[in-house]
Amino acid sequence: MIKTKVVSEPPLNFWERIYLPEVFRGLWITSKHFFRNFFLHLAHAFGLLRHLKAGVTIEYPEQTYILPKRSRTRHRLTHRPDGSPRCVACMMCETVCPARCIAIVAEEHPDPNIEKKPKSFDIDLGKCVFCGFCVEACPEDAIRMDTKIVNTAAYSRPAMKLDLNELLNPTSSS
Amino acid sequence: MMTTFVIQAILSLVMFGFVFNLAALHTWIERKQSALMQDRVGANRAWITLPWKWAAPINWLLRPFNVLGLFHPIADAIKMFTKEDFIPPKADRLLHTLAPCLSLFFSLIVFAAIPFGDTIEIGGHVIRLQVANLNAALLYVFGAASLGVYGIALAGFSSHNNYATLGGLRAVSQMLSYEIAMGLTVIGIVLIYGSLDLQELVRRQGAYLWGWIPMWGAILQPVGFLLFLAAGIAETKRIPYDAPEGESEIIGYFVEYSGMKFGMFFFTDYLETILIACLATTLFLGGWQVPYLASSGFLFPWGSHIALSAFSVSLFQIASFVLKVLFFCWLFMTIRWTLPRFRYDQLLKLGWQYLFPIALVNLLVTAAIFLWWVR
Repeated sequence: MIKTKVVSEPPLNFWERIYLPEVFRGLWITSKHFFRNFFLHLAHAFGLLRHLKAGVTIEYPEQTYILPKRSRTRHRLTHRPDGSPRCVACMMCETVCPARCIAIVAEEHPDPNIEKKPKSFDIDLGKCVFCGFCVEACPEDAIRMDTKIVNTAAYSRPAMKLDLNELLNPTSSS
Repeated sequence: MMTTFVIQAILSLVMFGFVFNLAALHTWIERKQSALMQDRVGANRAWITLPWKWAAPINWLLRPFNVLGLFHPIADAIKMFTKEDFIPPKADRLLHTLAPCLSLFFSLIVFAAIPFGDTIEIGGHVIRLQVANLNAALLYVFGAASLGVYGIALAGFSSHNNYATLGGLRAVSQMLSYEIAMGLTVIGIVLIYGSLDLQELVRRQGAYLWGWIPMWGAILQPVGFLLFLAAGIAETKRIPYDAPEGESEIIGYFVEYSGMKFGMFFFTDYLETILIACLATTLFLGGWQVPYLASSGFLFPWGSHIALSAFSVSLFQIASFVLKVLFFCWLFMTIRWTLPRFRYDQLLKLGWQYLFPIALVNLLVTAAIFLWWVR
């Protein structure tokens, strides 16, 4: 048995059916916006009424969107107090990654108390889906996605890969 | 003879210069006005700045144009001209090339009959501010505007694409249905003013009802005015009547066009918008008439008088014509960015079941009033 939901649309009254008054109502709304923004742009050109915005556009390269506190952005690897990566190359993130964009090569850590360290740690941003599973899977709090860097664009696919050094020292240009 | 020729050449240059530039500016108006209506900023990234140090004053002069995005039409034109002009392998090469030229040609020649001012006297020559002074200008206008449908029908037919053919069919049926309603509303105007000459029509709209209401077409024929606007926007094939085009999903007669040939169809749209604006101004808003402006200056109904020279009166009239046309362009653009598209059946229903009968009744009532009351 398929459940169906019957949607009842309110019947149009006479004035809505002849459409012309509704046309004028629509024109009134849009021209209200037009003249308000027109006036504000004009005022802004003379340096007046700056506090009233004439549009919601964020003109990207000059202005940037203020990201929410918990938004997932480009990855970084956290450091130990001595500056070496906190990562122990346990491959948890590589295993959990649904996009398979993480590739880790492990090697022996000189400190016998720590089992392993990453020899190389590559994240392919061209594949990454920014799901944040790697951050949740990490037992050592070694990977985070809080750099607030969103410009991951590049001219080639290889240029979108991040290596260990870039992950440890995140800079804006990928 | 030579001077007449030169005068005619200058007149047509002025008219077509105005029309062409306004049509090119329409791309800018469309972007910016829609942006303002939707609380956006609009295209403003086509900057021209000169890199040299000595060019700083020039850059300072260019800056307002840059900020307003006024170079976008130029960027558009460069893009259109440098794009690949692709003709589908199975298309009819001749008709495929001819179609955009036809539709552009027929929408352009109509402007020859639009009067943009009264006569002006320069150096002993009396110049009529109208490119071609035809005594049946109205018939010419509607004839040429209807021939524009051939370009569209051919574009749909010659592309060897079913979607294009269907779009062409939609365009033809739409334009034919709305042409009739438009023609009928205009007959009301012809009845009232008793002329087919557009210049004469405008002159007769300079009279006053009870001495103070200007006898403009929109005041004597309010229903006809609304019908003309509704049918006129349908003629331009723009939203809400863009079933022939429907760029975003149902794709229309120009799917198989690229480069400047597509640009010509695009340009034709804007030209037709301006054409309908010019016609609405000429027929319903008194053309170049300014209220209470006679040939000697302003004569107000309360008896005051401001004397003006003949030349400044002409300037006032031309400015009035341009302002009215710009107002209609603004109105059409507002309508285009406000209303959603009509479904195809709604479109034909509106044309045949509402506009056509209303236009007929309007014509009959006008004729009856004219016959029994005015005579």
